[in-house]
Amino acid sequence: MSESSAAATPVQDERVKEISGFRKALIRPELGSIVGVVAVFTFFILTAADSGMFNSQGIMNWSTVSAQFMIIAVGACMLMIAGEFDLSVGSMIGFAGMSIAIFSVTLAWPVWLAICLTFALCVAIGALNGYIVIKTGLPSFIVTLAALFILRGLTIYFPQAIERRTIIGGIDDAAAGDWLAPLFGGEIFQGFFVWLADNGLIATFERGTRAGEPVVDGIPMLIVWAIGLVIFGHVLLTRTRYGNWIFASGGDARAARYVGVPVSRVKFSMFMFTAFCACVFATCQVMEFGSAGADRGLLKEFEAIIAVVIGGALLTGGYGSVIGAALGALIFGVVQQGLFFAGVESSLFRVFLGVILLFAVILNTAVRRVITGER
Amino acid sequence: MTSTHAAILEMRDIEKHFGSVIALAGVSIEVFRGECHCLLGDNGAGKSTFIKTMSGVHQPTAGEILFEGHPMHFDDPRDAIEAGIATVYQDLAMIPLMSVSRNFFMGNEPQKRIGPIKFFDHATANQVTMAEMRRMGINLRGPDQAVGTLSGGERQTVAIARAVHFGAKVLILDEPTSALGVRQTANVLATIDKVRKNDIAVVFITHNVRHALAVGDRFTVLNRGKTLGTAQRGQITPDELQEMMAGGQELVALEDSLGGTV
Repeated sequence: MSESSAAATPVQDERVKEISGFRKALIRPELGSIVGVVAVFTFFILTAADSGMFNSQGIMNWSTVSAQFMIIAVGACMLMIAGEFDLSVGSMIGFAGMSIAIFSVTLAWPVWLAICLTFALCVAIGALNGYIVIKTGLPSFIVTLAALFILRGLTIYFPQAIERRTIIGGIDDAAAGDWLAPLFGGEIFQGFFVWLADNGLIATFERGTRAGEPVVDGIPMLIVWAIGLVIFGHVLLTRTRYGNWIFASGGDARAARYVGVPVSRVKFSMFMFTAFCACVFATCQVMEFGSAGADRGLLKEFEAIIAVVIGGALLTGGYGSVIGAALGALIFGVVQQGLFFAGVESSLFRVFLGVILLFAVILNTAVRRVITGER
Repeated sequence: MTSTHAAILEMRDIEKHFGSVIALAGVSIEVFRGECHCLLGDNGAGKSTFIKTMSGVHQPTAGEILFEGHPMHFDDPRDAIEAGIATVYQDLAMIPLMSVSRNFFMGNEPQKRIGPIKFFDHATANQVTMAEMRRMGINLRGPDQAVGTLSGGERQTVAIARAVHFGAKVLILDEPTSALGVRQTANVLATIDKVRKNDIAVVFITHNVRHALAVGDRFTVLNRGKTLGTAQRGQITPDELQEMMAGGQELVALEDSLGGTV
């Protein structure tokens, strides 16, 4: 357009109400999860401060659990923003773990090869989920529900058929000396923790074979993966063109398609990313435990989705935040472990999940109304 | 009817069949730069199918598309957009949950390279969005305002500004005024006029004769998948247009019984 158009004098429209900074801050997707994190920490600092929850070991304990939730929440979050669900995450975790165990222990292949093959297999299954959803136009809920049962069934069938048991151990022995395994099962900054212990900043073991060593001997790779994936997801979503496409695909696939956004490709890639995240979770878990069990990852798909919803994402897609989902995962980890430290019956964790989910959904719906101006 | 310059877009005998249904049975129009070409027709006349063929959503079963004199084949909307044909859909123009600036650059995000990675250049996007909106006469609270908070007319204007900014040579507007109030309609019609003065060809789809006559230079009426003819401004009266759209007799009878208010 040329300079002939109306001189750019910003005239205040009398019908546009000024919005306060406070109200603006309210309509961030992360709002609910930030409030939740503050509330949860306040609660446990008041009730469980002297239980060891906030010493170095305690912090490492709930950080590790939170990091597990975070890894799968990042994938679920991006997929939900792109407008789809994946209910097969939990089964995928069991399947991936068992796949590593069978390749490395039963078949005695090198662990690095087992890990690489498992990643390829999981991402391919994620791609298949995506392909079916996109080609058939069926709700991803149903397609991935089918995958949930198929994968879980196979995870129980294979070890039984091959080894006549449902838990395969000995992966830690197989992984000794492997070059890839430490990327999932190792720890970093060990020197730093030794230094902390030497300077009396963290406790050391007083007895036993490890006397003198710090009680926390490094940051597990699980936490490194979680932080890495959160940063990757957040930057991809908010700072890149592809992120804009993810929002657009979930917000209104047809509108996005009409302006040239490759919606199918975006959704397809997000299904693969979710499977990748599940596989990272499984690999870290298998390396930590040294074994794979057919019941691993049970209900994880729902926990991932709840963390994402607490993080402010809308179930209908097109809106959400990876940081919010990460905070949702942190709430989970802290509460699940906090209840243990506070000596509360752990079954109450499920009650908490249900209640907080309900609150989060109600809050999100209200926020959505404010944003879209729906009445 | 002779024009001094060649048509920028010419659709020749376009046919489109969906299975056994013939949606378009030979539709031809010519669109010129700096003109507003109104495409009129009742519901089911084939207007939507026709513009979707123009914008690359559908591929014609038969017929030719000439763009700037060359035969063109659009496999998908991206091809058409790259050639310079932009379409603003009535209800699908914008994504309400996303900010104006994210919507404005949807599919055409500006990028800034930091090291080996390309990032979405939000600073440029926000600045351009605010400038373009002000030019169209809309004062935004900020570029991060969600599109959902805009009125229907404002959303259409954002979509039109977006198309113009990205170098549309032909702008197709699918019933931009059908869901709007009087004031908002006037705003959209004024926007169409601004766009036309920038030497862009506008194809304005509507079934409202008054809206068409307010800005149109040329009028083509579609009925039952066929062109009933093209008229220039001043050659046709509102009544004649209305009658052509309705396909004749029944409406005349109805109009008499209603006292001429349709």
